[in-house]
Amino acid sequence: MSESQSSPRALAAHDVVHRYGNVLALDGASITVDAARALALVGESGSGKTTLLRCFNRMTEADAGAVQVGGSDARSLPVITLRRHIGYVPQDGGLLPHWRVLRNVALVPKLLQMHEPESAAAEALRLVGLSPDTFGGRYPHELSGGQRQRVALARALAARPGVILLDEPFGALDAITRAELHETFQDVRRQLPMTVLLVTHDLAEAARLADEIAVMRSGRVEQQGTMSDLHAAPATSYVAALIARARATSAHLIPTP
Amino acid sequence: MSGMRGRIALLVFVFPAILLLSLAASGANGFANSTRGQAHGPPAPPPHVNPGEQNQPPVVVASKPFGESYLLCEMFAQLLEAHGIAVTRRPGLGATEVAFGALRQNAIDVYPEYTGTGLIAILHDSVADSLSRDPRAVYEKVSQAFAARYGVRWLPPLGFQNTYAIAVSRSTADRYDLRTLSDLAREGSHLVAGFTPDFMGRSDGLPGLARVYGIRLRNVRPLAPAVKYRALADGAVDVADGYSTDGLLARYDLVTLLDDRHFFPPYEAAALVSPRLVRDRPDAIAVLTLLSGRLDETRMRRLNQRVEVAGEDVHRVASDALTELGLTNAPVTSATSLASDTHEPFWRYMWNRRATIGALTLRHLFLVLIALGAAILVAIPLGLALERARTAAEPVVRALGVIQTVPSIAMLAFMIPLFGIGTVPALVALWLYALYPIARNTYTGVRDADPGAIEAAEALGTTAVQRLLWVRLPLAAPIIMAGVRTAAVITVGAATLAAFIGAGGLGEPIVAGLALADTRMILSGALPAAALALAVDGMLALVERRVTPVAG
Repeated sequence: MSESQSSPRALAAHDVVHRYGNVLALDGASITVDAARALALVGESGSGKTTLLRCFNRMTEADAGAVQVGGSDARSLPVITLRRHIGYVPQDGGLLPHWRVLRNVALVPKLLQMHEPESAAAEALRLVGLSPDTFGGRYPHELSGGQRQRVALARALAARPGVILLDEPFGALDAITRAELHETFQDVRRQLPMTVLLVTHDLAEAARLADEIAVMRSGRVEQQGTMSDLHAAPATSYVAALIARARATSAHLIPTP
Repeated sequence: MSGMRGRIALLVFVFPAILLLSLAASGANGFANSTRGQAHGPPAPPPHVNPGEQNQPPVVVASKPFGESYLLCEMFAQLLEAHGIAVTRRPGLGATEVAFGALRQNAIDVYPEYTGTGLIAILHDSVADSLSRDPRAVYEKVSQAFAARYGVRWLPPLGFQNTYAIAVSRSTADRYDLRTLSDLAREGSHLVAGFTPDFMGRSDGLPGLARVYGIRLRNVRPLAPAVKYRALADGAVDVADGYSTDGLLARYDLVTLLDDRHFFPPYEAAALVSPRLVRDRPDAIAVLTLLSGRLDETRMRRLNQRVEVAGEDVHRVASDALTELGLTNAPVTSATSLASDTHEPFWRYMWNRRATIGALTLRHLFLVLIALGAAILVAIPLGLALERARTAAEPVVRALGVIQTVPSIAMLAFMIPLFGIGTVPALVALWLYALYPIARNTYTGVRDADPGAIEAAEALGTTAVQRLLWVRLPLAAPIIMAGVRTAAVITVGAATLAAFIGAGGLGEPIVAGLALADTRMILSGALPAAALALAVDGMLALVERRVTPVAG
């Protein structure tokens, strides 16, 4: 597509430890995501999945262990530069409420001093299924929840990063809107090669959007693998129970081996 | 993004800059030196001018905020002017501490004071029995002590005493058969008193009175001087403190009780003169001394009644008095020196004073806008800095909040040793009051601005400065503006008290009106002040609408 497209980069975390005061949020967590692949981090609230995700754009700094982006230490780059090349979508969208949609989406292209930030933004809006003419001039509060998350996704994609971090991006949406966004996201992935790290507590969503799943519990990764791997050979009883519970509620989404 | 940056610039820089510029235009020529007792136009041209004195700074003539003090101040001023000496009037200064504090620092040059007050309120001397009946001895004592301690001189007494007087209504006097303070002590358990806080605290006031006469009252309420006679006349209280030459005693038909044990020391009125005047202006001192021994109690009470009962203009009464005494050739006949006709309708009263009220309003606006503009320039950056250093934020904000709780009049009094009297200390005090709402709102507004949006902006690679300018400030702008509006309204109100330290403004007629129990005079300051508060708030509401990022 655009010549400014960054190539997908691999992500890796090795034995990452992070404390919030006395609370051990990450207790030696390790994952690897190959370039252009998608990994979903699943687990209960407080299992450390968001903390691990934020280590990659250094919104959280690892106290110990290694965090790598594209094979090199995340700390080898200036943090601002690192972040401008990594897409990010939080659960609430995090749109700037006083900026119109087009300006929101043009943020990173503008920060990167790209040639035409607004046209990059318009292209990103089309990619997530929003007409720039209709929506570009609106304020976030004039959008529905689903539209806001589409704009947030477009903002993360506008500068064509090789890596995108999504922190429960669809968690607050109703089931129908969520399903529509799942389709959009899958379309985007088909058009734009990029490495995806997705935090979700919904195993069905993880199965649908990601190539692999990492199950987190108490700041550690219990097992990383494809859905079939987790089903066929759960590494721990926790993983086995998780799979069993997910199959009971949404069996059709989870492939059987 | 330049649009938003422009709006921020408007808020942070341009707005205060406009304020300051407009002030430079309207205020720089200074109303400070043109403030007048009743502010009723220019003084009469002096009969002769001595060219040798032209480059001398004007003699600053001041008073405390009650009728007799205003009148004597105006008499001093007119007498000096009649001898070709330039004068600046600073009437109605706070109270003894403010007026005397200003005098010893040469911020003012002369004001009428009373020997007993000098002895007790300034020297903090106890009333020795040997002194208490001898005015001569009290005068000698304060003369020597003031010259030695402060370099301040008491000119020879004017010729009358204005002692504390304990007053009751005629009906109370008849009912309880009260003629003396000893009678009051006998009947005290039936009576409720309304005393000025000043009187309740001074050793020559209630504490001493209670000790010497054994007076025990049923209840004592602190009352402002402006309302105590009214309260007495209306029967809300039975006993009040006053001054023996007070015209208001006659206005409300009150009876003063005889000090049969000679508790109160002599309060001889005299001109109190600054060290500067003593050193540099023997000519002014010679002129002021012309009044010494010329005013007896009968004359003074009559003059006070003209001001306080008949509601006549202080300027006119002072001029008449000087003419009667043969101290000036002709009465001052200034077209703008309006005798207050008590039957004049209120709108006409206001209309006749429109020039004065307009000038005072501009002066008031000048004080408010300078103080507010300076507060914006300091408090917004301060609030932003606090957001960066949050551990310091609460202590600093709390300290500014404590400033807010200092009563305005006390704050103004604290300013005198640092900045003297007049415009500068008033601006500093108003500025201090305006800091808190602006700094507090800036800090909390910026701190609490949409955390999700700020977090996302950070995660996408914005710098801290970009987040401040693009996100935090625009989102906090309405809250900051709310703080500015609060500060503006507070400042308009507090600026009315600036009159107590001679900074002028709409407080001037309010202070004078309170002192003279003249409701219309109070309203001629209070109504424009209220209108000004609404106007300033309305203007800022428009600015607030402009800086509000999204009409959500």
